[in-house]
Amino acid sequence: MLTACASQPPQASDKPALARARDHTPAGDPRLHVLVNRLSWGASDSELNLALQLGPARYIAQQTASAPPAALPPAVQGQIDSLTITQKPLMALLADLDSLKQADDKQPYQKELTRLAREAASRHLLRALYSPQQLREHMSWFWFNHFNVHQHKHNIRAMLGDYEERALRPHALGRFRDLLGAATRHPAMLRYLDNDQNAANRLNENHARELLELHTLGVDAGYTQRDVQELARVLTGHGVQHSDKTPHLRRELAGFYVREGAYEFNPARHDFGDKTVLGRRIQGRGATELDEVLDTLATHPATARFVCGKIARYLLSDTPPEPLVRRMSEAFLSSQGHIGDTLNVLLGAPEFTQAEPGKFKDPMHYVISALRAAYDDKVIRNTTPIFNWLNRLGEGLYNRQTPDGYPLTADAWSSSGQMAVRFEIARAIGTHSAGLFKSEEGSQATEQAAFPQLARASYYQFTRAMLGPDTRQALDNTSSPQDWNTLYLSAPEFMYR
Amino acid sequence: MQRRTFLSHTCAASAGVATLTFSSRLLAASPDSPRFLLVFLRGGYDALSLLVPTSGSFYQEVRPHIAIPLAAGDQAGAVPLTEQWALHPAVEAPLRPLLQARQLSFIPFAGTDDTSRSHFETQDSIELGQPLGPQRNFQSGFLNRLASVLPGSPAMSFTDQLPTVFRGPVDIANTSLKGQLKNGLNKPLQSALASMYQHHPLGAKVQEGFEVRQEVSSTMAGNMAGEMEAASRNAVSTNGFEQEARRMARLMRERYALGFVDVGGWDTHVGQGQLTGYLATRLGQLASGLAGFADEIGPTMWKQTTVVVISEFGRTMRENGNRGTDHGHGSVYWALGGGLRGQKVLGEQTSIEARTLFQNRDLPVLNDYRATLAGLFQRQYGLSPSAIDKVFPACQPRDIGLI
Repeated sequence: MLTACASQPPQASDKPALARARDHTPAGDPRLHVLVNRLSWGASDSELNLALQLGPARYIAQQTASAPPAALPPAVQGQIDSLTITQKPLMALLADLDSLKQADDKQPYQKELTRLAREAASRHLLRALYSPQQLREHMSWFWFNHFNVHQHKHNIRAMLGDYEERALRPHALGRFRDLLGAATRHPAMLRYLDNDQNAANRLNENHARELLELHTLGVDAGYTQRDVQELARVLTGHGVQHSDKTPHLRRELAGFYVREGAYEFNPARHDFGDKTVLGRRIQGRGATELDEVLDTLATHPATARFVCGKIARYLLSDTPPEPLVRRMSEAFLSSQGHIGDTLNVLLGAPEFTQAEPGKFKDPMHYVISALRAAYDDKVIRNTTPIFNWLNRLGEGLYNRQTPDGYPLTADAWSSSGQMAVRFEIARAIGTHSAGLFKSEEGSQATEQAAFPQLARASYYQFTRAMLGPDTRQALDNTSSPQDWNTLYLSAPEFMYR
Repeated sequence: MQRRTFLSHTCAASAGVATLTFSSRLLAASPDSPRFLLVFLRGGYDALSLLVPTSGSFYQEVRPHIAIPLAAGDQAGAVPLTEQWALHPAVEAPLRPLLQARQLSFIPFAGTDDTSRSHFETQDSIELGQPLGPQRNFQSGFLNRLASVLPGSPAMSFTDQLPTVFRGPVDIANTSLKGQLKNGLNKPLQSALASMYQHHPLGAKVQEGFEVRQEVSSTMAGNMAGEMEAASRNAVSTNGFEQEARRMARLMRERYALGFVDVGGWDTHVGQGQLTGYLATRLGQLASGLAGFADEIGPTMWKQTTVVVISEFGRTMRENGNRGTDHGHGSVYWALGGGLRGQKVLGEQTSIEARTLFQNRDLPVLNDYRATLAGLFQRQYGLSPSAIDKVFPACQPRDIGLI
């Protein structure tokens, strides 16, 4: 479907290209483009064509359904299948690492941890770029950010793949309660928020506080320091165990022991006294106390408001309309926290397809949408450049040190320094293949593709009509296709979704 | 692009607001304007490992594994500053020259009236610098308001993103000076980009981004050679923060009167260490960086420079079950500068014992950050009461005698 050749930049008067585009596909409705751009990681040709084929209502229904995973392109699936994190379960990874750690030279241990984190990042990026389940991938990043952990604490780098694969992504469109339970009990989270150190009479309230403040109710929901301390007592004993060993337990405690993979509930570390959380009396009885508290938190109206407001800010606008957030909260509560049902309210709302894109892209959205526009039809083989760009822009995967996750609003990402770096990345993507097709070993021979072709049918069909006169003029005045690409990806219109 | 060309360009583009806010930045700060740098330690650093209480035994009793011991004979330990306080040796060593020159002060019992003990809530509170309550404007940070009452004082945030403290109507440049510095786009691409943004609200920022990139590379041109030379001579290896701090000093000496940087990694719930260990290393790097900043900005400019180091809260008085500390309340702020009066520890104080703790767990706050900074700004800039009220609304400045 390429309509412009590399040596000849497209012009406004490029009639044949325009005519061809119009002959073969229906005229682009900007609202469809806006819908796809907001729902997915960015409008690619194939995503636009899919939405065009299905129509908006069926496209939304397909994306929110918790259907079995649609197939990835084989070249992407092949890359994912070859990863160690795909082939080995977490316990096996930890066992390998623990034996590496015994060595005097700690470098191989550290290198392996870093390699495993990069594998997780690679998988995450490939799915964001190429998965047909765009809404699931889009929300998986959101939930990681909501239940944020930082890779550079202890051995969390080894746990990221499992955390995403088993705790977050399967529940990304499912029930919030399942997601909350899986994230709260995952070794990555227990370790990140120090709950693996939290024990009876040696309380560590870090996890308890963030569970209330960031994961469920939100900071102004009226809970107290006392609630934090009581929840910390509930959380005592929930921890991490790498080895196959089980602790020696007194007979009366042995029945309370729980073990699932690297997650362990050790009753010897648990405070079995009764607790009161948010005015509710929790009878001391072991691991299931936490389930009772999570049940309460997951269906709390404050949680519904907090989570729905955050989803609307992420997908729609820095200042989402209050009535829409209220309707989402109602759907969240009446569906017992079903995320897909809640998303249906948002995606089906007229505000979601209004023609004015008003949400400034954060770096992840910016970089992924640029690459989806550029390399929809050609599978990237090396995600290292993407990884580096995100780090340069301050939004690297797994790199947010604090549990609040990255900010989701424009003011965090639109400063002068951010814009300058963004343009440099646009140039890198627009003018050469930027290392995206090098094999991981760095051999030059396998590098394909000189630079992407962004001036093509979909540009004339959907995008050009949405560009302002200044942008059109700058594009039309450009004599080199590489500069055209750079300007297109740097245009103000490309900064918003 | 020349400044003159740019001005006519934006005027032609009728970006009136952009020109207005932008023009203040284009001029380099006069060599006579005072310099102010705010360093924010994100994560709530454990101030009681920095400034060690030496009267009474309460501190040692409630921190059996992590209390910093006092230096005794040839035993390393905290170095006494006053009758009540001693300083962590990892900080004392790099900053000894400044201490001896009476250019370093500490303000214990400092902080906010925000008692949420949430990192994010309290950081926001401080950066906004507005009275607590539902009426806060989240688009207005106190350093932006300070910039608005100090014409001719261009400001720079040495961060990847523009922090809350600098948000507001005055356009503030930002760029991180960590690690390797990159070159920008060529001029033709820059002009094409500028033309695309000429009528766009982000237009001024786009231009500013190009200009700052230019300034940084020209100011750093000589410095880079120096950094490489130092490395090749195998001089004491510069840690990341010191390199960054020296670059900030160079830019502030040349053209920026107000600066901000944040340093993370202070949330020590587990195994924070004592004389050595995680926290000691972080504190030592911070102190070396601050010493490097003072050195690099040069003796003349240092005389009119003040650096203030703050954090969102202190940590619990008592150690937790993991040889760490949890979120607390009162902190210790630092002030450095060539114009300091040089009292080593100042501000309102109380004894440290169980009965004086806030909610029986934390240091109390006796020196409100707004009142203290307002008092400092009043003296440093001679600001009028109405200007002070703009920076910190509804706040009574308190001059604790820093400068």
